[in-house]
Amino acid sequence: MKRIYFDHSATTPVDKNVATSVLEYMTDKFGNASSIHSFGREARRAVEESREKVAALIGATPNEIFFTSGGTEGDNLAIKGVAFANRKKGNHIITSAIEHHAVLHTCDYLEKHGFQITYLPVDEYGMIRLEDLKNAVTDKTILISIMFANNEVGTIQPVKEIGAFAKERGIYFHTDAVQAAGNYPIDVKADNIDLLTMSGHKFYAPKGIGALYIRRGVRIESIQHGGAHERNLRAGTENVPGIVGLGLASEIAKNEMNNRVERISKLRDKIISEVSSNIPHTKLNGHPKLRLPGNVNFSFLYLEGESLLLNLDMKGIGASSGSACTSGSLDPSHVLLAMGLTHEVAHGSLRISLGHDNTEEEVDYFLEVLPEIIDRLRAMSPLYGESAELKPANPCSNCHVH
Amino acid sequence: MYTEKVMDHFSNPRNVGDIKDADGVGEVGNAKCGDIMRIYLKVDNNDVITDVKFKTFGCGAAIATSSMVTEMVKGKKLDEALEISNQAVAEALGGLPPAKMHCSNLAADALHEAIKDYITKKGK
Repeated sequence: MKRIYFDHSATTPVDKNVATSVLEYMTDKFGNASSIHSFGREARRAVEESREKVAALIGATPNEIFFTSGGTEGDNLAIKGVAFANRKKGNHIITSAIEHHAVLHTCDYLEKHGFQITYLPVDEYGMIRLEDLKNAVTDKTILISIMFANNEVGTIQPVKEIGAFAKERGIYFHTDAVQAAGNYPIDVKADNIDLLTMSGHKFYAPKGIGALYIRRGVRIESIQHGGAHERNLRAGTENVPGIVGLGLASEIAKNEMNNRVERISKLRDKIISEVSSNIPHTKLNGHPKLRLPGNVNFSFLYLEGESLLLNLDMKGIGASSGSACTSGSLDPSHVLLAMGLTHEVAHGSLRISLGHDNTEEEVDYFLEVLPEIIDRLRAMSPLYGESAELKPANPCSNCHVH
Repeated sequence: MYTEKVMDHFSNPRNVGDIKDADGVGEVGNAKCGDIMRIYLKVDNNDVITDVKFKTFGCGAAIATSSMVTEMVKGKKLDEALEISNQAVAEALGGLPPAKMHCSNLAADALHEAIKDYITKKGK
């Protein structure tokens, strides 16, 4: 059976050319970039060339790019690093309710260490309101951390407006751009972004490599201690193969950006329009226009996300859901709940995340098999149709959580 | 993460549907938890379950356990059916992932509710 990958927000396949250079820097050019000999110099040169390519992708300068192990480390370094370095100035941080756990749980940690966190709510489209942000600022606010684009519903935040406001108030602005970087145009200077987290495996580089952009002059301290790597900010031998891969993937992403965004957006819009008009009782989650080019997120009422994913998987299609069963907890996605969805509706969510390797044929196949799967699950559901008239006789007997 | 047997019952569920003139109907779970299971029973004069159907809203484990429990009770006497536990249903499926043992493994509870409903209606 042909397999179709519609889960690019989870991870992407490594670009073949990227994989070739990664392999080259694992085998032939394996030197430690800190070594003084030719092996080391060869690795160092590759690291610095990659730094230039990553910087170019987001409009930064190379000395503002610090390589990390990925998104989680980048978010930790940005938030804890800025928090601890600016503690004398204030202890208040503003973030949003729909951030990735790498941001939310880092903020939880800081709360235990004397920081105060404001979690901005979002509207029905998953967008923060600038008035809420402005009202939340106090004279103790040192950092605003708002994601560039949401990983589940794809909503793109008003980053430029947040950046301008943060600059005006002298507050650092960090954005978790793990989903956006490499997949959507970013200009850190135009948007007044002070810190930006990116992750390689979301745009065709390997897992285990990422970068944190830190605008020159931002006060930050390291959270991982050891050698003098990455200008004393991030100790640990450079992951040279990963860095080379990230650099090449950044270069390709920059060159292909406009083509890919245009092509992928068309596929996205086709899915959104066909599903909306052909399948009843569905709800598009996320913003109708301001969303990542590859993101589609629907709730299908009266069914549960995991059983939908399993059915799609049996047809060879890999996708994802915000249902409790797939979130690893008993609650559905915190993002969908923050947007005001009921538990019931959140349980029935499906996320399709497209990449440049997807084709229109794949989209058509998906659109062909989806309605019959939905019908089958709804036919089985006690919430749907005639049988829905019976009311639940007793509540969940075992569920202690809700 | 699911056993072959779970996937078999999930992809080809047995006894899906409803029974219009059911002798007993039982339902457990709620939509908030993400699992609702409803079992319909036909019971003859000798207290033997002659037909059973289910409708389930829920994940793979919820659907598979519902299907499994219907297969386990068809033709059984009510007192035998009452002895079937959630644990026994999970075991009949070759086990469930630990996370699923709590919320999605309620099929035997739904069966017991249906039997209770039958007994109440009969005034026994």
